[in-house]
This record gives sequence, structure tokens and C-alpha cells, in this order.
Amino acid sequence: MTDKLKENDGTSKDSMPLIIDPKTSALSWLDQRELKVRYIISVERIRKFYDGLSEGKVYATKCPRCGEVYFPPQSHCSRCGSDEVQWIELSDEGELLTYTIINMKPPSFSHYPDYTVGIARMPEGVNVLAWIDGDPRKLRVGMKVKLRVKRRKPEGYLVYELGL
Amino acid sequence: MRAVGVIGASYTRFGERFDSSMSELSWEAFKGAISEANIDSREIDYSVISNMGGWSSESLPAVIVSESLGINPKGSVRVEAACASGSSAIKLAHDIISSGQAEVVLALGVEKMKESPNQTVIEYIGRAGNYMWEFENFGLTFPGYYALYATAYMSKFGLKEEDLCKVTVKNHYYGSLNEKAQFRNIVTVEKCMSSPYIAWPLKLYDCSPITDGAAAVILASDDYIRKHGSEAAWISGIGYATGSANLSRRNDFLGLDAARDAAHQAYLRAGIDPENPAAQLDIAEVHDCFTIAEVLAYDDLGFSKRGEGIRLVREGQTYKGGKIPVNLDGGLKAKGHPIGATGESMIAELYHQLLQRVGGERQADIRKGRGLAHNVGGTGHYAYVTVLSLDKGDRND
Repeated sequence: MTDKLKENDGTSKDSMPLIIDPKTSALSWLDQRELKVRYIISVERIRKFYDGLSEGKVYATKCPRCGEVYFPPQSHCSRCGSDEVQWIELSDEGELLTYTIINMKPPSFSHYPDYTVGIARMPEGVNVLAWIDGDPRKLRVGMKVKLRVKRRKPEGYLVYELGL
Repeated sequence: MRAVGVIGASYTRFGERFDSSMSELSWEAFKGAISEANIDSREIDYSVISNMGGWSSESLPAVIVSESLGINPKGSVRVEAACASGSSAIKLAHDIISSGQAEVVLALGVEKMKESPNQTVIEYIGRAGNYMWEFENFGLTFPGYYALYATAYMSKFGLKEEDLCKVTVKNHYYGSLNEKAQFRNIVTVEKCMSSPYIAWPLKLYDCSPITDGAAAVILASDDYIRKHGSEAAWISGIGYATGSANLSRRNDFLGLDAARDAAHQAYLRAGIDPENPAAQLDIAEVHDCFTIAEVLAYDDLGFSKRGEGIRLVREGQTYKGGKIPVNLDGGLKAKGHPIGATGESMIAELYHQLLQRVGGERQADIRKGRGLAHNVGGTGHYAYVTVLSLDKGDRND
């Protein structure tokens, strides 16, 4: 589509927000009401997870009744119905199950270089999905990867990541 | 439970449809379906409208569509099961009829993805996983989610990028024969292999496109069909399941548990032997949103043993004349993937295949009188498998 406005055919001096598809000449109206969206997401019940990141730790939750472990952490046990969970720290090393390199990035990630996303199996029995720091050519399914907390650039906030 | 049949179906040309609005696309599909069903639109008791939206301007598509089709004030609802929304609409329409609440129900899917720039659509689809734990900090895209499956499958079973390109070659070949397909060009393995990476190891030609389109299916009760002498293909079994929202919570990355589960249920309900379903089917429509997804589908549906879907690809066993012809309409890859309309378009294709109304080179040989649609929402978040049959049969519900 082109941003070129189609002039009203001389009957009015005002043009309209109409655009013409260069391939088919079909006429479209260019919406004048832009919507910007930014969510406020409740994390109060998993506050401990964010406390952990600030101490360099990655926490999961564990049900004291049935033993189920949750990562991402959740504040209740879907398996046995308990509303009580314990916080456990995940080990600093896991096994790489799979990975990909995001070459075509969404607009809100366009300011980063191409990034590698992987999933690692942790000794606690849960998987962690995160960016993998390091040369993707050195990655192999089944290899050991580290789990650590790092500052995300350029924003500067703490986030967990996998690394060689 | 009453038997339910499809009595008419149609889908629009898929692609960039800047010539038509959401309601106009719906009208185009609807007119084809009611004309084939030979019914008056006033006979429709209820409609189920599948639409994902977000990228398009209308927030209440079920009402926009109903009014445009002239079926107000009959009841309607919009359903969402991501890319399987269309099959969820078919299931709901089926259930409303089989339970005796209606005689004729419309399932119509519509999507106007091109109302937003491609970049916005990429952002929206990337968010369709577990937003907070997959997108917010890690920026996964939809090709990215499936690439995680591709890497694991390639590592475990020796699948090559060239094998995936053979799926592209097949689906573009059939797309070239389908006048409603978004892509009608023949693609070679070399051309596919030289296309840029989108989410390594998946390349541009491994991916289905961003598509506008609509598809409509008219379903009716056994009583209605008998009274009106309609030519029907019967819904002989629907299976459905969900998977984890967060991909990392899946058991493995070698297949979709939800799809296997849905297939097993559908086979039992339709009286198909889950050990060798291909022997009892003339054709399958499978959810090839990415080439790897078609290979996973072969395994999940039991057309091949786990990890052996590659052999079906390498041997060309899913072309017409092979073990089981798959996606003779070009699939999502070449026909296009208007998210909410894809499921109904699969059922429309099966209906026309079974009644031998497709004709020409892409008409399957119909000997067993049965076809299957495998429709996955998200990356295995939802799965629907629907079996259509010329034989009304005994229902195993």
C-alpha cells in the first residue's frame, strides 16, 4: 500500500485519507484513529520471583502437598488444588532441548540484533525458555547450558537467560 | 444424538483482498455455500462466526457478518481457537444440531489480516503463546515457536531443511492448480533453500502467508437432509484437545500431544482403526502453517510412525496417488492462512473432494468415501481433527 492520498475528484478542495493499492488499484480508507496499547500485568502473587532476580536467583514454585514444580512460577497448584506453594531456587545448569534464531523480529524487538531463543531442561524437572547468550553455531541439542540473571540492554532491567 | 451433515460450502479467493471488507468477504463465501446447499438464508437457525481479529478494525465480527448476510435476528456468536477457530465453529455448529436445538446452522470464518501492516501482524501472532513468559522478554514469533519443534525433530530424526522444502514444493504444486489459492507459483527445492531465514532453521518458503479470506459451511440435521434430499457429507467424528499455553511446558518437541489426542478421539468416533488410518481415508487436509507442522501432522495422525514422517515426504507418498494425498488445495502454505477461516476452508475442500466436485488434476480418487481435516490452533494450544464421510454410518458418540 502507498501513503499517497487520492485527491477527491475536484468537487472538493479537501482530500480524504484514501489510498490505492498499487497492484490492484483497490481503494482503501486509512484509519485516522491510532490506538497505542500498553498493558499493566498483575504479578503481586509472584512478587518473590522478582525479588529473586534482584538477588541473582531464578525461582520456581513447588507444591508442598503433591510436589509439583512450576516454572514459570504460579501461586497455586493446578494439579492438586493447593493454594500454598513454596519457592525453590532453580539450579544454574540445564540441558538444551531445542533452540531457534529469530531473524525476522517483531517491531517491538527490532532494536535488538538477531537473538537466539532456547529451551533448557532443569534438574528440578521443569523447562526454562529464554534467550541464549553466545555464538549459536556452537549450540547443540543435548549440551549443557547455564541459567543466570543478566541486565537486558539497552533497557537495563534484570532478566534470566541461558548461556554457554 | 442426531447425525449432522455438511450440505454446502464455499470459500473466497484467499490472498490480499484489498477489494473487499470483512462483511463483503463473508457475503462472497456465504453466497457460494447457500447456493450449493440450495437453501433460503432464512432457514438458518443460528450462526457461529470464527475470527481471531486484533489486526482488523471490527470488534464484533459475528454481528457485522450476520447483518451483512441478512440472517439477523437469528442468534450468533464469535468463537476463537486461534488458527483452529474454524474447526471450533464446525464443532459448535455440529453440537447445536446434534443436540436437537437447530436444524440448519452456518459456520463461517473470516479474517482481514491485511487491514494491518505485516509487521503489526507478526507482532500480534508472536504474542499468541504465553504472552508474559514467551513474548514480553524473549520476543518469540510464530515461525520461532515452530522452529523450536523443527530443531528438535531434525536433531532427533535426521530431518533436513531440504526435506522441509519438499513439503513446500508439493503444496505450491497443488496451489498452482487451485484458482482460489494465494500463491499459484511452482517452487523448486533450490528456490526454497535459497530463501532467507525467518526463524532458523525455517526459511521464508517454509512459512504460510498473511491472508485475507472467508469460508462458509452449512450444516444440517439428518431429518432436514432427508426431507430436502440434500447431498451431504456426514460429520462422522470430531476430536479435540488443548496443550500447554507455554511451549516450554510440553512433554517434548517432536510432535503435538493435543493433535495426537484429538486424532485418536476422532478415529474412535468415526470407526477408523488408529493403527492404520491412512488405509481408510481418501484424502487429508493438514495444518501446514509451517512445513515442519505438516511433517509433525503425518506422525501425529498416525500416517507414519513417530519420526518417520520424513519418509512420506522423501517418497512423495502424500501426493495424489500416494499412500494418502495431503493438502490437494495447496494447504495453508500456498492456499493461504486467513486464521479464523482456515478450518471452514478445510471442511469445504473435503466436502467438494468427497462429492467429486473439485474435478481436474487435484481431484482425489474417492474410493473409501472418507476425508480428514487436522486443524491446529497456536503451536498445539488447540487441536481439532474432523472426519467427514459419505456414509452416515452408526455413530459411536
